[in-house]
Amino acid sequence: MNNTGTNVTPALAAEMGLTADEFARAEAILGRTPNLTELGIFSAMWSEHCSYKSSKVWLKTLPTTGPQVICGPGENAGVVDIGDGDAVVFKIESHNHPSFIEPYQGAATGVGGILRDVFTMGARPIAILDALRFGSPDHPKTRHLVAGVVAGIGGYGNCVGVPTVGGECQFHPAYNGNILVNAMCVGLARADRIFYSAAAGPGNLVIYVGAKTGRDGIHGATMASAEFGADADAKRPTVQVGDPFTEKLLIEACLELMQGNAIVAIQDMGAAGLTSSAVEMAGKGGLGIELDLDRVPVREAGMSAYEIMLSESQERMLMILAPGSAAEARRVFDKWELDFAVIGRVTETGRLVLHMRGAVAADIPVGPLVGEAPLYQRPWRPTPPQPDIDAATLPARDPRDCLSKLIACPDLASKRWVWQQYDQLVLGNTVQRPGGDAAVVRVGDGLKALALCTDSTPRYCRADPERGGAQAVAESWRNLTAVGATPLALTDNMNFGNPERPEIMGQFVGAIAGMRAACTALDYPVVSGNVSLYNETSGDGILPTPVIGGVGLLADLRRAVDLGLKRDGNALLLIGETIGHLGASLYLREIEGRETGPPPAVDLAAERRHGDFVRARIAEGDVAACHDVADGGLLVAVAEMAMAGGRGIALDPPPAAMPAHAWWFGEDQARYLVETGDPEALIAAARQAGIPVRRIGIVGGAALTLPGANAISVAQLISANEGWLPGYMAQA
Amino acid sequence: MKARIHVKLKPGVLDPQGKAIGNALRSLGFTGIDEVRQGKLIELDLADTDPQSARARVEAMCRTLLANPVIEDYAIELG
Amino acid sequence: MNTAVVIFPGSNRERDLCLALKRATGRDPLCVWHRDSELPSVDLIVLPGGFAYGDYLRCGAMAAHSPIMREVKARAERGTPVLGICNGFQVLTEAGLLPGALLTNRTLNFICRDVHLRVETNQTIFTCGYAAGQTIRVPVAHHDGNYTADEATLDELEDRGLVAFRYCNAAGEIDDDANVNGSAHAIAGIFNRGRTVLGLMPHPEDATDPLMGCGTDGSALFAGLVGALQ
Repeated sequence: MNNTGTNVTPALAAEMGLTADEFARAEAILGRTPNLTELGIFSAMWSEHCSYKSSKVWLKTLPTTGPQVICGPGENAGVVDIGDGDAVVFKIESHNHPSFIEPYQGAATGVGGILRDVFTMGARPIAILDALRFGSPDHPKTRHLVAGVVAGIGGYGNCVGVPTVGGECQFHPAYNGNILVNAMCVGLARADRIFYSAAAGPGNLVIYVGAKTGRDGIHGATMASAEFGADADAKRPTVQVGDPFTEKLLIEACLELMQGNAIVAIQDMGAAGLTSSAVEMAGKGGLGIELDLDRVPVREAGMSAYEIMLSESQERMLMILAPGSAAEARRVFDKWELDFAVIGRVTETGRLVLHMRGAVAADIPVGPLVGEAPLYQRPWRPTPPQPDIDAATLPARDPRDCLSKLIACPDLASKRWVWQQYDQLVLGNTVQRPGGDAAVVRVGDGLKALALCTDSTPRYCRADPERGGAQAVAESWRNLTAVGATPLALTDNMNFGNPERPEIMGQFVGAIAGMRAACTALDYPVVSGNVSLYNETSGDGILPTPVIGGVGLLADLRRAVDLGLKRDGNALLLIGETIGHLGASLYLREIEGRETGPPPAVDLAAERRHGDFVRARIAEGDVAACHDVADGGLLVAVAEMAMAGGRGIALDPPPAAMPAHAWWFGEDQARYLVETGDPEALIAAARQAGIPVRRIGIVGGAALTLPGANAISVAQLISANEGWLPGYMAQA
Repeated sequence: MKARIHVKLKPGVLDPQGKAIGNALRSLGFTGIDEVRQGKLIELDLADTDPQSARARVEAMCRTLLANPVIEDYAIELG
Repeated sequence: MNTAVVIFPGSNRERDLCLALKRATGRDPLCVWHRDSELPSVDLIVLPGGFAYGDYLRCGAMAAHSPIMREVKARAERGTPVLGICNGFQVLTEAGLLPGALLTNRTLNFICRDVHLRVETNQTIFTCGYAAGQTIRVPVAHHDGNYTADEATLDELEDRGLVAFRYCNAAGEIDDDANVNGSAHAIAGIFNRGRTVLGLMPHPEDATDPLMGCGTDGSALFAGLVGALQ
């Protein structure tokens, strides 16, 4: 065997991210010192990214099942039944660090990776959403990062022809050194034609298809190794470059081949490339895989086994073919002009054996490599509770001024500048475009549609991770409900700092606990997800950011509603209780300059009751427009409805018992605004169901009129709301 | 034999990318820049050994595909 | 009416187009693969949007040289109507079936949003479903839609009435703010001299389904074609 033991020491292992214990465990599994290629494989498979070693014990506590769930976490993406033999396949994944280093390519390859996760399962991708978090707008890097990330997402998604229909884009100094780029892809498949990754059938051929393998993205820590010589840096670009055209061909070719029975198992080559795809396929099948690395299509001459196994070149897939199917596969891949090679076969040995240049380059038992991967119960410390904020102690202010300021603040300002750079329409099924509570995308050419959204409120999660975790799930569920959809399931992207710090691990544990409670109470299981840890620069962690990607179903898209006010004379009703909670609110941050206080309580029973009520009213056709009340509170939500509908509203006076700023800007949960032409009936129905309801205004005119003759024109609101981001990006 | 083909927009055709680069350079404090034009460089590895026939072939490639005569000029370097 | 949609590797709006064509003609269009050199006899050939061959050299350049385009050109020369939308328009200019070229948008960004277009003439098979001077609202989705041509060509387009659509504001006025990509003369679409070939950047096919969020102002283009060609 090549390089057995030479130069492989605990110190080198440490450089590649393995602890002394982990290295000892690898040696015990092999019964010898690993060679460099094997060390690379252990290091990749046991990295946080591939093994989830810090997070797994907690992730396991999330609810992942339900009558609608066909496949939960553990495969490339989650699969959920949407009736009529259709299934929705979806997942969210982060590409945070690469996007900070090279925003265009980092974001582009993030989109490419998540698309592959979905079509690998046999689904045609039909929508992309992106949850983005950038540093302070004042930070010198932010503008460049926003421009690059947005162009990269568009550059990839637009070219492959999958519409980008939603997402979020927010700013906070905690992301100055670590931006978040989380991409979610949603696909459609036949429920009985889902493809999985478990290898089967010893003797079956392992084939490689897609782009050639180059030296992209090979783990940076290994560069110092003497094995590679002094020119290693020059040889090894760590930035992966995406090729959406090849991806488009891969999508079409894979889906075409999936029409038949040629594919036994399929896995995309994502993080840790050929290593993780081969190991996962063998591991899940309880089998071995033997690969001949000389047959791997390469872009550069002289690549080592280590480089081929660890390369993160994009747009590559690994497949196991049924006996006698190679000719059919070749026909399809030739049609789509894709590189295709038989590179190995499935074995009964349970070992991953790599051959190269006539020698064995690696020989590792897959069972222990996967099954004995390290798992940590990291020490954690709960986040101390924040003292309450008494709204009565805050100064009274003109709500009109506060509203103008809030809707123009970076987090609430219109993100039109972002999503106009994304093709939101390709495939011809976009019912509701970005800018609302949830995007709505038709299923095929019938009347069924999916509602899609991403949500997280990191400032809540920092103040109280458990409430913040529950709130993120509840808001996602509410946003789907607000367009009339029944929430089905979610995918989560857990973005946190360094888990080796007990207070960060405490944020993670708290967020999971809150999410678990909300998922359970709302029958809203987690079917896929991704964890991104170590989002930290010189000890400064990001805000804990569990992003929830939600998917809901509309039986009849003609019943979907959006948030724009529709008709003069209609009433606007507020569903849900208002106590005027201002802790951790945007009002407190943007108007009072304080990021303090606890987030609002999340009453999951009330969420469920209110949401089920609103959804039923929408289905009955009683609701002209609907919007969930979230960031910025009631007045911001009203303004968003007015701006979307290009229509004014005369608001009723706030209740006397509460300071006006608490009423207008408190962020109490479980609330919706609904526009209706028959307020009496709706109010009566709500009362009968025991649901708090109150009329808050009458639609009409061209201005938002506050009691006491304070009016602000909708045109003025729009100009403030639309102006900030283009203005910011235009500054050189 | 290597051929290097420089393709750039014809004089007079608006080049928004060149304009943006010029603006960026000026905002970084570089002075004395009148106009910026952006183009592309295409490198070919040719089997040819005769420069004359190579040039003729590359000319044909440029006219057929590599440059759009409506908006672009090209220059060929052989070496 | 029989239609053919030419699919290049990297085409991505063929589904939208096929739905619109089926809605208008009542039958599925024939999809023709770029490597085919034979084109069945049809009443209309359509080149869809997308990024043919990744648009890597120039938008539409490589597609313009694919085997099927020789046949499309031959048919066009014999009078078969050809419609190129977005990337299809780029391919038609690169193939020499329409004059001029499409440069990068002046904002340098991809732009996807609804725009208003003024229908410049309805004396063609493509626009007979509209009133002359009518303002319609349809989406655009492109990075390189900035139409350019030399002065002589622009003069000829204007003199012969070969401008099909111009970007305008909601009131139908041509102003610079409404010119979404910076096109010369606010041109959104042009005909060949015989008015049997139309290329346009906007996507009428995405504005044909009342259930989707883009309105139905694109329907009259397809309905007009059916009326004229059937």
